[in-house]
Order: sequence, then C-alpha cells, then structure tokens
Amino acid sequence: MNLTTHNSNSTPQTLAQKLIARAAGLSHVAVGDVVTCQVDLAMFHDSSGPRRLKPMLDELGAKIWDSSKVVLVMDHYVPAQDDDAKRIVQIARDTAKVWKLPHVIDSEGICHVVLPERGHLKPGMMCVGGDSHSPTGGAFATYMFGIGATEMLGVVVTGEIWVQVPQTFRMLWGGRLAPGVCAKDMMLHMIGQLGMNGGQYQAVEFAGEAVMALGMQERMTLSNMSAELGAQVGLIAADEVTLEYLQGVGVQPKDLESAHEWHSDQNATFQDFHFSASDLSPQVAAPHSPANTKPVSDFLHTPLDIAYIGACTGAKLEDLRAAAYVLKGQKIAKGVKLLVAPASAKDQAQAESEGVMQILRDAGANVLPNSCGACAGYGATFEDKATVISSTARNFKGRMGPSSVQVYLASPYTVAASALRGSISDVREML
Amino acid sequence: MSAELSRVWRLGADIDTDALAPGAYMKHGMDVIAQHCLEGVRPEFANLVRRGDVIVAGPNFGIGSSREQAAGVLVHLGLKAVIAPSFSGLFFRNAFNLGLLLLTCEKAQQIQEAESITILPSGIHRANGETLSCQPIPDFLMAMVEAGGLMNVLKLRSQEKRNA
Repeated sequence: MNLTTHNSNSTPQTLAQKLIARAAGLSHVAVGDVVTCQVDLAMFHDSSGPRRLKPMLDELGAKIWDSSKVVLVMDHYVPAQDDDAKRIVQIARDTAKVWKLPHVIDSEGICHVVLPERGHLKPGMMCVGGDSHSPTGGAFATYMFGIGATEMLGVVVTGEIWVQVPQTFRMLWGGRLAPGVCAKDMMLHMIGQLGMNGGQYQAVEFAGEAVMALGMQERMTLSNMSAELGAQVGLIAADEVTLEYLQGVGVQPKDLESAHEWHSDQNATFQDFHFSASDLSPQVAAPHSPANTKPVSDFLHTPLDIAYIGACTGAKLEDLRAAAYVLKGQKIAKGVKLLVAPASAKDQAQAESEGVMQILRDAGANVLPNSCGACAGYGATFEDKATVISSTARNFKGRMGPSSVQVYLASPYTVAASALRGSISDVREML
Repeated sequence: MSAELSRVWRLGADIDTDALAPGAYMKHGMDVIAQHCLEGVRPEFANLVRRGDVIVAGPNFGIGSSREQAAGVLVHLGLKAVIAPSFSGLFFRNAFNLGLLLLTCEKAQQIQEAESITILPSGIHRANGETLSCQPIPDFLMAMVEAGGLMNVLKLRSQEKRNA
C-alpha cells in the first residue's frame, strides 16, 4: 500500500485533512467536503462482526472486497459465559473459516490493543472499526474511526466509506506530568472541560510537549477516549516514538518510509485548546458520565467495593505497570476486591516477565481473562449496589451491571491507590 | 417526508447507547433489545410507543457505543424520527444507515411531551402553529432514509449491476 501523501500544493493541511486526502486520492481537501475514501483496513469483533455481517452479506449475495484488509478479533463475548455467548463466538469462528480471513485474533486481547500490537496499523492509513473506541488507532497517525454493522457491511462490500472533512480541535498540552498523573487523567480532564460531545464529531489532534513525551500506549489512551469526547478521530503526529514502536512489532521498513509526513502543517487551521500538564492533578469521573470529572480531592474517602483495572483504555502494559508501581509490596484493603483484566495476552506475558503480574497478585488482585470483560457489560458485570472505581472509559448507568452500580472512572494509579485504602485516594500521597 | 401528525416523547440530554440498547441484552435479537429500550429513563416507553411517534430529546442524543442496535431498536419500534439539538456523530451515521430520520433542531426542547407535530421539508410544524427550522440533510443521506437504509441501497445497486 502506498502510504505517501499526495499533498503537493501549498495549501496548509491538518493531519486529518492529509489522511483523508490520501485515502480519497486528492491533493488536498477542505473542511466540510464530503469525500469517498478507499479503506486500507476494516476491523470488527465477535459482537459487531460476523453475527451481524454474515446474514446481510449472504442476503446481498456479495463477497468481501479484500479479505487481506480485514481483521477479526474475538474479545467481547470471550470467554463465553453462557449458551448465547457461545453461539455468538461460534458464529465468528465459523464465519472466519467460510470467508477465509487471514487475520483472526481469538481470545488474545482487546481489538484496539491487539491491532497495533500485531503491526496492522501504519501512519497514513484510512481504517474503520466496528467499535466506538476505534479512534485508538489515531495514536499511530492513522485515520481510524468507529462505525456500526450496516455501515461496515457497506465497507466490506465496496471497500469505500464517505467522510465529511472535519475541523481539527487541537489539544495542546504544555509542561510535564507529575509522578502518579498520566494520560488517563489528561483525557478525563479534557472530557470534563469539553463534555461528552465536545468533540462535535470533528477531528481531535493531541499535541504539545507533554503529549509527545508519552509512550505509545499512553498515547493510545488519549486517542481511545476521543470516543468519549465525541470526536470522529483522535490523532497524534507520527514521530520517533511511533517509529520505534512499529519497528518493534515488525512493521516493514518500506511501510514506514513516509511516516515522517504524517503531521499537521504549521499554518493549518485549528481550533486550539491549551492545557498544562504540570498543573494537572489525578482526575476522577463520578457516576454516570465521564463528563462528571473533577480533581480526585473532590471524591476522597468515598468507600469502595471493587477496584477494576481493565479494558483497552486502562489495562495495557503501561497501565499494569502503573498499578504495580503503587501496589508493590502492599496488600489491598479488607472488603475491597481488586480485579485485573490485562488488555492483551502479549501485554500480560510481558508484565509477567517483569514481575508486574506477581506484584498485582501478591497485593490481592484477582486476574481475569484478556477480554473486554465488565467494561462492555456483555458478560460478567458488577453486583447490585456495588461502588466501583475503574480504569475503563465509560460509567454510564447500567453499563457495567444493574442501574444501582456506581462507577467512578480514574487512572490505573488512582484505582490501585484507592484499592490500598478501600476508598478513593490521592495516589500522590503514596509515591 | 410526509405530513402526518406525530406524537412526541420528550427525553432529556445525553441519552446514551446503553439507555437505548442495554449491554446485558446485546446478545439477543432486535425484538428482545427493543423491549428494554430506554427502560432506565422511561420504563413505559417500549410498551406504549406507537408506530409513527417521534422522540424529541436534549443535546448529545446517542452518545457512547458504536452498536447500531441503539438506532435499530427505534426503527423496530416504529419511530418516525428523532429530533434533538445535537447527536453523537457515530449514532448519526448508524441511524441513517438503518433508514431512521434524525433532525438536528436547535430549538427542539421547546417541543412538549405528547405534543402533536408534523415533519415537513420546511421544518417541524408545532401544534401552536410555530415552525422550527432544522439543519439541512445532505441529499445522499435523505435518499438513504427514503430507501429504508443502506442495505436497501446496496441491494438496488447490485440489481442495477446485474441488469446492466
């Protein structure tokens, strides 16, 4: 695939514009244009994928446009909790064979984490995912966004998708994060400031020294929760950190030759928002919306039943390391359950080899399978009236259990610190 | 757009996809999910909603998941349209792909519960004679609603190909 930009004239373009222009085969695009893009990769999972797509594809008598560009991930209904879940997972496995899909990742982690981990994402690509957290791919300077099953059907039949060229909201983060403060806190803060639909389905681009100082998985946390900002995509320019990660997961050098092109032009038009990483304290979102974010000091001493470290948002290797940093040599408070569902088998294996998993187990953590787990609310969920602090992305009423469940969202640092004390706590007091 | 009277269900802001299609029922078909549509917000909704009714909500309707069942249940229950000052972009795409009309109307919240309104090309005609304007909808999305969703558009296209 040719991942170079066609952008040859002098009209300054944002990263979002450049990515769309390439996929549409144009030299440049203007905000508001509706264009048809060629899709480089379509990802779907056991819930959004075969069980919805196969009947529609069969009804049309159509075939997948290019199975080499499709990735199927079983992560939502695994491990199957009941007969319905078993049936859904079986449909995914059977369909993968019928369609002869070359890229199937089954029960080895959550789609947004395993996709880059297996080298499927490269700067410059246009990708769609059958999941709302698909903007995670934006951390790799790919234009990746979530779509529903019927629209995915359109993509797998035609290989195309329409996009209305968005404005770019640039989130400029200056300064340096304090110890115990991380990408999740940055993201919760932005959602608290701008609201759940503050992104207005435009492009968000994360920039500034505090963003570029982050490792790839922390950048993924920012892009991931662009969904909660209501943005179509959450982009980050490709740099040396991106290249190093992608080389590490085996992306071919020829696919990275043009990686340096994927950034916004300096004179492009943005709507800028300024934030100071140095002044940021740990953030907590109260039930039942990520937009209910305040500094942790507003929630101190809220008693907890469960501390949950899970999901594509909050249980990657970096997140597990953060929790272990807080929990090392300590035990969680009596009466609190600490549940850890590592986001991928590969991340868990690495955490195991670093001693991170042992620290978590020694502290009293119960380790769960590498899947969406309680975050999706599709299988095992929390019991009636439980109060939970969670490193996941959403605390909607009724999402992670009965409507009586109260979920507070926070960083893995804050979740671990709160598990130690049995109530919402400021991790900075423990470092 | 036809000129029939539609009964209004008024909802608040930030109606999310878990309220429309709760995760616990996602493993089931549309008929089961539809029985639980909005049960956390308006428990009587799924039982009492009639074909041709419309939802009028506050800002940010449909935020959350990509699950298109959130729009699908409203089609299943026969909703004619959803009217709100703003929608989640992902929900917006899903709704049109399933043939559900969404009208972005800044003054939507002036409309009352149980009011009878008429959806006209010029805007929303209220019981009190007032007309509220809506953001224009691109032709290709309007065509999608008229065809009954993307699936029907794709069927038509493949028929045309075969006939060509």
